[in-house]
Formats: sequence, structure tokens, C-alpha cells
Amino acid sequence: MKRTATVLAAVLLAAAGCSNSDGGGSSGSADTPGVTDTEVVVGTHMPLTGPAAAGYSKIAPATKAYFDYVNANGGVHGRKITYKIMDDGYNPANTQQVVRQLVLQDKVFAILNGLGTPTHSGVLDFLKTNRVPDLFVASGSRSWNQPDKYPGTFGFNPDYTVEGKILATHVKETYAGKKVCFLGQDDDFGRDSLAGIEKVLGPVAAKQSYVTSNPNVGPQIGALKAAGCQVVMLATVPGFTALSIGTAAKIGFKPQFVVTNVGSDPTTLAKSLGAAAPLLEGVVAANYLPLANDTANPWIQLYTKVNKEYNGGAELDNNVVYGMSVAYLFVQALQAAGKDLTRDGIIEAVEKGGFTGPALVPVRYSADDHSGYAGEQLTTIEGGVAKYFGKPYRTDDGDGAVEVYEAAAVAPPANGIPAA
Amino acid sequence: MTAVQDRAGTRAAARTRPRRVHPLIVVVVGAVIVVVLTYTLPPFRTYQLATVGAYLCVTAGLTVLTGLNGQLSLGHGALMATGAYTLALWQNRFNLLAVGILLAVLVTTAAGAVIGLAAARLRGPYLAGLTLAVAVVVPSITSTFDETFNSDQGLSVMLNPPPGSVTNEQWQAWLCWGGALLTVLVLALLTRGRFGRDMRAVRDDETAARLAGVSVARTQVWAFVVSAACAGLAGALFAVIAQSVSPGAFPLTLSLFLLMAIVIGGLGRLSGALIGAVLLVALPALAHEIGEAAGSQRLEGNLALTFFGVVLVVVMLAAPGGLASLRLPVKRRTPTR
Repeated sequence: MKRTATVLAAVLLAAAGCSNSDGGGSSGSADTPGVTDTEVVVGTHMPLTGPAAAGYSKIAPATKAYFDYVNANGGVHGRKITYKIMDDGYNPANTQQVVRQLVLQDKVFAILNGLGTPTHSGVLDFLKTNRVPDLFVASGSRSWNQPDKYPGTFGFNPDYTVEGKILATHVKETYAGKKVCFLGQDDDFGRDSLAGIEKVLGPVAAKQSYVTSNPNVGPQIGALKAAGCQVVMLATVPGFTALSIGTAAKIGFKPQFVVTNVGSDPTTLAKSLGAAAPLLEGVVAANYLPLANDTANPWIQLYTKVNKEYNGGAELDNNVVYGMSVAYLFVQALQAAGKDLTRDGIIEAVEKGGFTGPALVPVRYSADDHSGYAGEQLTTIEGGVAKYFGKPYRTDDGDGAVEVYEAAAVAPPANGIPAA
Repeated sequence: MTAVQDRAGTRAAARTRPRRVHPLIVVVVGAVIVVVLTYTLPPFRTYQLATVGAYLCVTAGLTVLTGLNGQLSLGHGALMATGAYTLALWQNRFNLLAVGILLAVLVTTAAGAVIGLAAARLRGPYLAGLTLAVAVVVPSITSTFDETFNSDQGLSVMLNPPPGSVTNEQWQAWLCWGGALLTVLVLALLTRGRFGRDMRAVRDDETAARLAGVSVARTQVWAFVVSAACAGLAGALFAVIAQSVSPGAFPLTLSLFLLMAIVIGGLGRLSGALIGAVLLVALPALAHEIGEAAGSQRLEGNLALTFFGVVLVVVMLAAPGGLASLRLPVKRRTPTR
């Protein structure tokens, strides 16, 4: 017992000894954490390892690459952006740990693009209590759009209900009279998506769900086949999109697949399917950012340049496009918040909205709407390559109509950096 | 003359043998240190301190089970999940934290009793297999009863803000260390007495223990139940710290980490459990810093694992009894002989 006492004392004193003595940079805008005259520090949590890392692990480095590009061109209001990336392995317990480290120890100005519904849900209250801006969460859950409860939290992705409504509108028009079924993830993602779909189509003929911890969708796909489904709508992450399409082919089930944006990156899917990649032909999905393979698009040209110079020439896929688009939007927000940067200031600037950028539809930000992009356009895979068709659609997560969005996409500024 | 001298010598030797400090004193000293630390450490370190406290609850129980009673459990992560989910379900309905924690311990104790009854009939790899099954089955339970447990996404935990001018981190640290010190006190008192002797007897030689009148099965079941209760408490505290519970927070690797931690710390010793709990928090953080310094973003998650492995190998080579068995070279009075 004496030994226990000695060890206890020694360990605790050691812990005290290694306590950080950082007083935090306080020379900047009115003592705002993470902001000095020359630097603004932001942080994120991402799965860089573990089962969810495939594809997603490319997002944060791409965001950082774009920031490096902005920094090399003088930064924003004379401040360089430092982006701290923390790996949480898509485990909510780790997310707690790393976000606290970012906020309490590294004293970041804001959390940017934290990824995942279960992971990010756990830190909402913590970020609110500490009044940390929680910008552009990388998930389409409707949880981010609660301005009364979480005034500092803003989404990025079009939420899953918006997406469900748009995909269902296409299904209603194109596959009228066919039997439509649904397979979704057993969480907010699947549920919100189904809610959107059923708002437009009414009850689907059959619905199934899966959990990511069980990589076998044989029973679900079998049940859909038995129900005689002709169109199967998937609210799945990339691995499970590939799995579902592969499993269906294995049991001779050939419905039309309609996939949400989350699980539709063709590069990731083709990698998962390997030699079976041709099964992807004709799959309909949705997106709202320029497609990585559209080399004629000026945004993709900009991103290609940044990617080559600052991202070690990583393969340019839709995850990289996503990461850089997040960074572009954040730089826009910083520009709008002005030289005197404060936490309240940037939230106000984002609430003013009106940002135009790479996306086909604008963001919806306002004082009483904190959800992300307002709509999407449909894509189809032809010859292994995703292509946009038709027009972009815009809608909300309520009972609003799904309408065509007519305004043309804007071109990036000449130097690739949004102006103040 | 020599005989008298000899007797005096043994008496002196008996007196110089390390005197046992009463656990209560250790716990009170520990509590004072924790309170002082929560007022001196920066918030993030206080949060880490709280995490160490929560880990200490489970490592202390596990080290008693494995080190003193010789039973291996790969299912303690699942027992923690039991406590955590109980607390979450209770909190979201009634929001009474103290009752919730108590209930979490009770429910986990009941689960531990069921597993313990089965475990008492199994040995070595079979026991490991049983507890492993328990660890693996948790995610399936949450997805089968997804109405209650909300599948992989898990539940968020409703909590009131800490009372008065106490910061959230201080509150968490007090709560966790309150639980940890109570656990240590109870375990220390238990293992000093007859129960501790029984456990050691069962571990060392079951036949001999049985001949000496010790009920092997009962001792094993009780050991499992006690350590399950500790795991349940730890789980409830984790749910409070993280404000959320999900199967991803209690993976199989957590059970393995716990086992590694108590082996590195020193099996069967409560001081070893403390060292293990500190390592569980410190090693991943260290791995992250090294990863960052090396400019690697991709390796980080695996670096922590590598780290644990290397530390395990080094410690087992240098100090087979674990870190707690290491002693500073102390000058001893040469025996008068």
C-alpha cells in the first residue's frame, strides 16, 4: 500500500510537471483564442485511420493544401491559416479527447469540418459551452441546423433529407410505376434520407437497414430481391454501396441503383469493387461540387494546380475536391468577418451568407438556417466516369417543393482566392 | 548470548519490514493531491486526469481478477459498455446522475455474475474465448435493439452543468477520481483480508486451495463479480466524460489495451493499475505528438498500438513484474549476522 501511495504521488506530480505553460496568443483581435496579427489557428477531427478512413482521410490534407496555397499568397487579412488535423479514427470517445485538446490546449479559433454524425454529435455541447465556432460540419445530419440550441454550429453537406427529396423526384419522374425500395444505414443518415424520399414518393415498397460493423448485406439485398424491387435507393457509405451492388449482382438481382452523394464517389467505389467495377454502369447519384474528372471545369483546374503544388500530388478525386471546397468557403467566411477577427464576428459573417463558390447551388446560411448547401444535381456513371445530367435542384428539409435552380455556376477568381 | 542476539535481530528485521500504511490514508492523500491538481492544471490536463481516474476504476478491478485470481478476461470493454449504456438510458429519462451511476454498477454487477458463473467452469483459452464473445456481441446487441440503443450511432447522455463556479473539467475529474479512489479503497480492503488470500490460493494451486477448504468456484465468481462492478463504474464515468455512448467507444481493442496496461503496470498490484491507467492516456497522446513531429498524418492511429507493443516488450524484458515492481536502489541496513 505504501508503494501505491508513492506511485500515486509520483505519477500525479509528474502529470503536474508536464502541464503546459502556454498562456495562449493574446496579442490579436481582442484576445480571441487562436488569433494573432499574423496567424489564425483552426482545428478538425477526421478519421485518418480505422474503418472509415478510406477516402475520408484525403479530405483534411486537401483542405490544408488549399490553406497553404492561400498562405503562400499572403494569407487572409495578413494572417496565415494554421490547420491542425487530429485523427479520431471515427470513434466518438477519441473525438471527445482530440477536440478538447484542440480547444483547451491548442486554443484553436474554430473547429472546421469535423467529420461524422456520431463523432461530432458528442462534441456539440462542449463546443457550445466554450463558445467555439463549429463551422461546416462534414455530414448531412439535420442536427447541425439548430440555431437556437447550437448557435455556433453550421453544416456543409446538403442535408440527407434534401438529398432524399431530390433523388426521389428524379425517381418519380423517370421510373414512374416501378417498385421503389430502400436500403439505408441504421442511423440519422439512413433515417433522414428515407424521410426525404418518402416525402416525395410516399411509403417505399420495401426498406432494409445495415450497420457498418457487420459487412454483410446478403440478407437485406435478398429481401429486396424477394420483394421484387425495380429501383433500389441507397443511403450507404462508399464501402456499403460497393458491397450492395456487388451482392446484388452475385444473386442475379439487377435493379436500377440510385445512390446518395455520400456513397457515390466513383473512384472509391471502383477501388472497392476491383474487377467488378463495370457493375457501376448506369448508377444514378447526386452531387453539388464540380466532379474531379471534369478537367474542363475552371475549379478543377484550380484544384489540380493547388493539389500538385501543396498536396504532394495526391490523386485528385471527389474527396480532394470536397476538402478544397471547404477551405474555399472558410476563406470566404474569414474575408467576410473582416480584419478584426472574433468568434462572434465570424458567426455573424456566416449567418449573412451569400457565398458563391464551386458548388452548383448556394449555401443556405442565415440567422435561422444553419444547414449547408441547398441542393444537388444528378450524375450517372457512363464508361466508368460520373457525369452530370439535367439541371441542379434546390429544396429544403421540410415540405418545400423541389425546384430547378437556374443561375449558372460562377467561375473562380483569377488568383484562386476569394476577395474580401 | 548468540541466541538472544539472534532473536533480537529477527525482531529488528521484523520491525524494519515495510510497514503497511492503511489504505484509507493513501486514499485521503490521493484525494488531496487530485483536488490540488484540479486547481493547478490547465483544463486539458485536468480532462486527462479525469480520464486516468475513469480508467483506474476498470484497471484496478481487472488487475485483481487477473493478477490475484488468475482469470483472464477479454470482455471488460463490454462490461464497461453495459455500465455506460445503463447510465445513458437512465440519464436520458430521469437525469439523476448519482442514482444513474449506482444503477450502472448494479446492472453491470448482475451481468458480471452471469458471465462469472459460466467463467468459473472454464479455464485458460476457453475462458478467454467466452469473454471475447461477450466483447464481440456488444455491437450486435445495439443494432438488434436499435430502437433502444440506436445502433452504431449510439446515444447522447443528458447531463446537468456542474454546480456553482466549478469548471466542467474539474467536475469530471472529481467525479472520476471519487469513483477511482473508492474503488481502490474497497479493493485494497478486500484483497488484504480473507478474500485476497482465497484468491491467491486459487490462483496458485486450485487443488491445494480446495484441500484447505477454499471454495474455488465461489471465489472465482466473486472475483469476477467484483471486477465487473469496477468495470461498470468505469463505463458510467466514461459516458459522463464523453457525453455519449456508442459501440465504437468500447471496441475489442479497448479490452486488449486494458489487459496490456495492467501487465505493463504490474499484475495484481493496485499501484500497477494506476500506472496502467496513466499509460492508457499518455501513450496515445505521446504517439500523436511523435507522429506530428515526424510529419505523418496517416500512421498516427497505428502508432499508438505500436507504442503499446514496444513498451510491453521492453517492460517485460527489463522488469518482468511490471513497472510497479521496479524499485529505486535503497540502501538497506546489513543484517546483523
